[in-house]
Amino acid sequence: MPKLDSSPERASQQAPGLGHDLASPDFYAVRALLTEEERQVQETVGRFVDERVLPIIAECFERERFPRELVPEMARLGLFGATFSDYGCAGLSNVAYGLIMQELERGDSGVRSFASVQSGLCMFPIHRYGSDEQKRRWLPAMARGEKIGCFGLTEPDGGSDPGAMKTTARKTGGDWVLSGAKMWITNGTIADIAIVWAMTDAGVRGFLVERGMPGYTTRDIHHKFSLRASITSELFFDNVRVPEANRLPLAEGLGAPLSCLTQARYGIAWGGVGAAIACYREALAFARQRVLFGEPLIHKQAIQVRLADMLRRITTGQLLALQLGRLKDAGTMHHAQVSLAKWNNVRLGLDVARDARDLLGAGGISVECCPIRHMLNLESVITYEGTETIHQLIVGREITGVSAF
Amino acid sequence: MKILVVIKQVPDSTTTIRVRPDAEDIERAGVKMVVNPFDEFAIELAVQLREKRQDVASITALTVGPAAAAEALRTVLAIGADDGIHLQDPAFDRLDELQTAALVAATVKDAGYDLILRGKQEIDLDSGQLGPALAELLDLPHVGAATRFELSADGKRFAANRRIEGADEVVEGSLPAVVTIEKGLVECRYPSLPNLMKAKKKPVRTVTAADVPGVSDIVGALGGTQVHRLEPPPQRPPGKVLKGEPAEMAAQLVRLLREEAKVV
Ligand SMILES: Cc1cc2nc3c(=O)[nH]c(=O)nc-3n(C[C@H](O)[C@H](O)[C@H](O)COP(=O)(O)OP(=O)(O)OC[C@H]3O[C@@H](n4cnc5c(N)ncnc54)[C@H](O)[C@@H]3O)c2cc1C
Repeated sequence: MPKLDSSPERASQQAPGLGHDLASPDFYAVRALLTEEERQVQETVGRFVDERVLPIIAECFERERFPRELVPEMARLGLFGATFSDYGCAGLSNVAYGLIMQELERGDSGVRSFASVQSGLCMFPIHRYGSDEQKRRWLPAMARGEKIGCFGLTEPDGGSDPGAMKTTARKTGGDWVLSGAKMWITNGTIADIAIVWAMTDAGVRGFLVERGMPGYTTRDIHHKFSLRASITSELFFDNVRVPEANRLPLAEGLGAPLSCLTQARYGIAWGGVGAAIACYREALAFARQRVLFGEPLIHKQAIQVRLADMLRRITTGQLLALQLGRLKDAGTMHHAQVSLAKWNNVRLGLDVARDARDLLGAGGISVECCPIRHMLNLESVITYEGTETIHQLIVGREITGVSAF
Repeated sequence: MKILVVIKQVPDSTTTIRVRPDAEDIERAGVKMVVNPFDEFAIELAVQLREKRQDVASITALTVGPAAAAEALRTVLAIGADDGIHLQDPAFDRLDELQTAALVAATVKDAGYDLILRGKQEIDLDSGQLGPALAELLDLPHVGAATRFELSADGKRFAANRRIEGADEVVEGSLPAVVTIEKGLVECRYPSLPNLMKAKKKPVRTVTAADVPGVSDIVGALGGTQVHRLEPPPQRPPGKVLKGEPAEMAAQLVRLLREEAKVV
């Protein structure tokens, strides 16, 4: 029986002028839904990732090195605090911010984590809950990348239940005295300022703990198999005196740190798509050129099913993230919508990364191929900022009205 | 000193180019468009000159292209141009490089630019004629593919290097002048996101055929070339795989190099 001509060249020549792009991929022409400004932001950051991140990132991952040299470059690009329109920041839409996160995570989850922490977890609480003096002192310097922040909420005894935190702050005289420890803190040892959440008599409060304050020490966590291009640390507070001027005056209760998590989770929902895109592209390129049983892998039904499935996941993730961003820009986004998107998009990233890893065969276990790096990274991403289960429980509570934590 | 940077929007080098079924143009739907990389060197040089010197009064970016080319203009404004000129009219779509140069010359001839910069070639059509043609039509000195460029302290003269076979050519001249830029003369910066936002507020003047008096006569008098059709390049012939013992393969290779490739 004659074989139909199904060579990829032929197939791509026949692609209608729909503008659907299977390489990037942009199957549902989502790019056309962006504003010109959002497209330009994505292109600029995408170029930065291609030219500055991708050439070094495998080596960073392998040697457990955070590419700190990229911090001033990201600052010059204006990536930190990009949604604020004051303190020297760009004033971008939340969709544009999401696209930044997507592009950075297409490079590496560790690089994206740095930007998420600096913007969403550190600049955001100062901007939202800080005094004018705190804002003037920290925000411009953080936007310029001269000051680095970290966010200390999780403790050694459990991250999913932050209300049970053991770190305390006691008021003595005009000052506060902090004692306790935080664990799994991104950027901890390189941070100039830690946003630390501690229990007081009146409930949870936030403090700006500065490097060098007596009794405050940090230590790196090594032997990670994930986020190796990112610094993860422990913070120790041994009766650290923190002046009242370093307390975030408007932050009252657990809702304050949770609102920061909503910002960072929002970015992660975009990031998961970025990691998936990187893996899909590599798997597709490999399947095109790998010849087995006399023909390229892309001629095999099972391979096509897998590529189609990756594209399906990525496309749904793109649309979900975009609509979430539009809701955020309209001021109507609900945190449970963020939970669903973080859950869905990190899960799809992980699934695509694992399948791409497998599709690449033995080569797929090498750090030279990106899927295994993304797959290992996403094991952190699916845990931090609320584990997958926690997000499912948040959505479940929304459906049923019953909290099942 | 007034600097003009002439830029072109081109398809990104990583996109797959397909010829349209009518063979008159490439498929443009969904193709990512960027500023011609060589023109990026030109704007970068202009911005660096301004950062180093006190006497750069303005940097204007000019492009000839469809409505979508405004995006390229905005990128260049974000990198550091002060204002833009967008020559946009269906009548401009089919001009060749010489005719385009005539159009640009007619638009800018009385504006008093001291330095006109452009990339040495366009990565889409690869012609590289616009810079030299513009210099000719404006009766200005021209240096092509400069690898070094410096201005004298008084801003009246320039020195430039060009790479030629086996040597560097060092040239000097007086302003005003047209210079096209070779890769490597400067390292391009990324437009920062705050500057991308500010670029939206910088003025861009749209110029149509009606705004350039006598343009059809000027362009028409030049003759020019016409693109008849575009054809995709022929499929690359498949490679040959040699088989056998190493010594046999070496002998086969030498024979092929001599008889088929005719290189030894
Ligand atoms: C690389 C990395 C970087 C990090 N960076 C930061 C940072 O910068 N700042 C910060 O504060 N934290 C950070 N974290 C910590 C992260 O947020 C926590 O790890 C996360 O919240 C989970 O907490 P845990 O590890 O203590 O797990 P636990 O809370 O102990 O959870 C253990 C398991 O129990 C499940 N579980 C929890 N509760 C329930 C329930 N009610 N029902 C059913 N199952 C449940 C969880 O889903 C999980 O599978 C980071 C973590 C990593 C890995």
